[in-house]
Amino acid sequence: MNGDLLDTDWLRRLLWLPEQASTFAVSVDRLHYFVIITTMVMSGLTGALAFYFFFRYRRLSENQTTPAVHPTVGFEVAAVSVPLVVFLAWFVIGFGDYAKLANPPPDAMDVYVMGKQWMWKFAYPDGPNSVGVLHVPANRPVRLLLTSRDVIHSFYIPAFRLKQDVLPNRYTETWFQATKPGRYQVLCAEYCGTQHSKMWATVVVLAPEAFDAWLKEQQRGLVARADILADPDMVSIQGNLVEQGKRVAMEQGCLRCHSINSAVNDTERHIGPTWVDLYQRPTKLTTGDTIVADEAYLTESMMEPNNKIVAGYQPLMPSYQGKMSGPDTAAVVEYIKSLRSDSAELQPVKGPVYEQLRQ
Amino acid sequence: MSSSASSAAAGGPAVFPEHHYLNNGTTVRSWLLTLDHKRIALLYLSVVMVSFLLGGIFAMVIRLELLTPGPTIIEALTYNRMFTLHGVVMIFLFMIPAIPAVFGNFFLPIMIGAKDVAFPRWNLVSFYLYFAGAVLALWGMLNGGTDTGWTFYTPYSTTTAQGVLPVLLGVFVIGFSSILTGLNFIVTIHTLRAPGITWFKLPLFIWALYGTAIIQVLATPVIGLVAMLVAAESAFGFGFFDPARGGDPVLFQHLFWFYSHPAVYIMVLPAMGVISETISAYSRKNIFGYSMIAASSLGIAFVGFFAWGHHLFTSGQSAFDAGAFAVISMLVGVFTAIKVFNWVGTLYKGAIAFTAPYAYICGFLFFLVFGGMTGIALATVSLDIHWQDTYFVVAHFHFIMVGAVIMGFLAGLHYWFPKMFGRTYHEGWALVSAALIVLGFNATFIPQFLLGNAGMPRRYYEYPERFQALNVASTAGSSLLAIGFIIIAIYLGFALKYGPVAGPNPWGSRGYEWMTPSPPPTENFDVTPTFAHPPHDYTEDAVGDPDFAHARTT
Repeated sequence: MNGDLLDTDWLRRLLWLPEQASTFAVSVDRLHYFVIITTMVMSGLTGALAFYFFFRYRRLSENQTTPAVHPTVGFEVAAVSVPLVVFLAWFVIGFGDYAKLANPPPDAMDVYVMGKQWMWKFAYPDGPNSVGVLHVPANRPVRLLLTSRDVIHSFYIPAFRLKQDVLPNRYTETWFQATKPGRYQVLCAEYCGTQHSKMWATVVVLAPEAFDAWLKEQQRGLVARADILADPDMVSIQGNLVEQGKRVAMEQGCLRCHSINSAVNDTERHIGPTWVDLYQRPTKLTTGDTIVADEAYLTESMMEPNNKIVAGYQPLMPSYQGKMSGPDTAAVVEYIKSLRSDSAELQPVKGPVYEQLRQ
Repeated sequence: MSSSASSAAAGGPAVFPEHHYLNNGTTVRSWLLTLDHKRIALLYLSVVMVSFLLGGIFAMVIRLELLTPGPTIIEALTYNRMFTLHGVVMIFLFMIPAIPAVFGNFFLPIMIGAKDVAFPRWNLVSFYLYFAGAVLALWGMLNGGTDTGWTFYTPYSTTTAQGVLPVLLGVFVIGFSSILTGLNFIVTIHTLRAPGITWFKLPLFIWALYGTAIIQVLATPVIGLVAMLVAAESAFGFGFFDPARGGDPVLFQHLFWFYSHPAVYIMVLPAMGVISETISAYSRKNIFGYSMIAASSLGIAFVGFFAWGHHLFTSGQSAFDAGAFAVISMLVGVFTAIKVFNWVGTLYKGAIAFTAPYAYICGFLFFLVFGGMTGIALATVSLDIHWQDTYFVVAHFHFIMVGAVIMGFLAGLHYWFPKMFGRTYHEGWALVSAALIVLGFNATFIPQFLLGNAGMPRRYYEYPERFQALNVASTAGSSLLAIGFIIIAIYLGFALKYGPVAGPNPWGSRGYEWMTPSPPPTENFDVTPTFAHPPHDYTEDAVGDPDFAHARTT
């Protein structure tokens, strides 16, 4: 790119590589070009030789005899050593870059990343949490500490050439230094279930000053909101539980599959039954029985989701047994009870949701 | 087809032999309970072909679904089941048994001058284990809706609401079939070689099968073990791979790839063996560097065991592990390169005839070289960070594993078809379908390499719109492939009954298996053969030479 002796951007386009937005992307692509070129040269020479032999030694008669030819020791030594030297050259360069990636610089800024079916959550040690959007500064190293709430995911930013598996009950780490402000896509690269291909997020790279300003603003907002929540007079008990249920539902990802919007859900297919007017609704099950969706059923459906499947739906939902506290479960039930199509206006969840930092 | 030296020497047009293994007993029982290795090979062939058809249909459904970025013809869950079905069927039901169980069973005894394998009954047991496992796995996936992918990664596979138990049991049972076949081959090669066939006069296909059999016997128990562990965890809640109960989900990946990486060589080594046989036959040339090719088969079998960690570069394993596994993986590439150079060297001063199997040999070399080189590129640790779990990996393993195996399988099928069934096929159609398949394969998977570069992860039901053009190109290529296979099915099916009689050796090949009539008698040889020459020896004129027994069998 800029500053390189050779402009390799045409090669990047030819290979359909995404733009290079991190320092690692630049060094990975450079090795990629080297590998591609040596591959093409070696294969091209071998192929050309085969073609030459093919035309030179076409069969002349049906019972043609041929001399027995055996390789010399020199040939076999070359056949072993030439590929070995080329492969080891690739390895030395590649392993150097890999070792750098495995050792984050000590001054890197930390961000915690949590993957769960099917969303990415980000948390800053001294800032807000967010779902689906990661803000980072350009030109500063950022270390990611990743873990998963359920199955294995893989955190992948093609523009950074960066990927790291995300494991349950374990922290893995990786780091990057973004080079260009902009928005880049995060994808999940390790198969994790029905919505695997929709487990996306966005990295927003801000200029360093813009990032500092953003972080300060987020911290101010947090303080203000924490004050309100700390004052019990500001919200009623009932309202509080419904609010808490809504927050838990967003955190746990319930709303990825269950709609809370009665007006538009005809146009949008959902994976699970809608929550609107669910409470006390007579519900037909796959077994043919009909039950009433009362508190007991709602709770059971969170803990043993595949016991009673609503007709027309698949047994897909993971169990939340042990993943949600009793009060949280109750709050979600209260939240579902509050969702009536004839009452309050309900908004679908959009964009990042910033929430209070846990102590 | 040329009426070759053999039939000419027999003094007239080729005659279909009166007694041969196909008409020695025509009842259903005589087929289903046969102990003849050739008939068992045909039993395998029929089930393997049905599996390939099913796997191909699943693949076409996947490609059609991926025509558009959003939902196209099926739902997300159905899509996930579809790629699981495609992977399990193609790998465990088609590619692992394809060449060893069909051509290995048929030709191993003939090529070493034996009447059968060492344990004919175990051979039949092995087929029925394979059949039972295949039915169980297929039923399990269709009925239980397994959606884990063929890799069964924990903890997804142990927590998914879909059924995984039957398919794991199916894989476990198929594993026993694979072990029995491998054991049978090893013992056969050691004990049943005819007088005159020393180790270094073994045809290279036998060396390849020998390397394969070692992997089958040593690696397959590990997949059996890991399948049982996952089954126990998902059925009874053992915590082997569950971190909440002190288990380790990455342990599964190590165990799984300890088998599944060498399994790639269970598939590819026999294909390499077929290529050694056919390239020699159609070039009428001794194999350049016979001992290097034989030794590299064993070399691949050996180092293949220690390369599994290159599947885990992004899993959080240590940098030291990653480096060690990377270097070991590159050694596999070096052994493969030795083979490629020696095959090209075989052409030197040869007498090359471009036939349909030859087209597959060219395709094989192309897929092996580019599949292999992209494999080394993937083992170059830092590059793998970007490519891991993307379509680049998908394209790479389809090139090296599927491309090379299918090329080897089709080269073998065309080369040995006259021997197995006594008739020849239509060469023109064979060349047309070979061209379609090689082109179609490239058109399917070259766009997938680019998709991986562009950053499209595998197992994506929906994808960002920027990936659509390449996906459409890939789907178009896959339909070419499908047409190619349909043409093969038609002309080979026709040739089975109406093809011209082949005679014992329509290719004028010097391979030992061509010393017997086509199709061979149940005992493999009418006349006890002598093995005066090494295999692949084309230095002397066959006509009138009693040492080349090829010409005197009818």
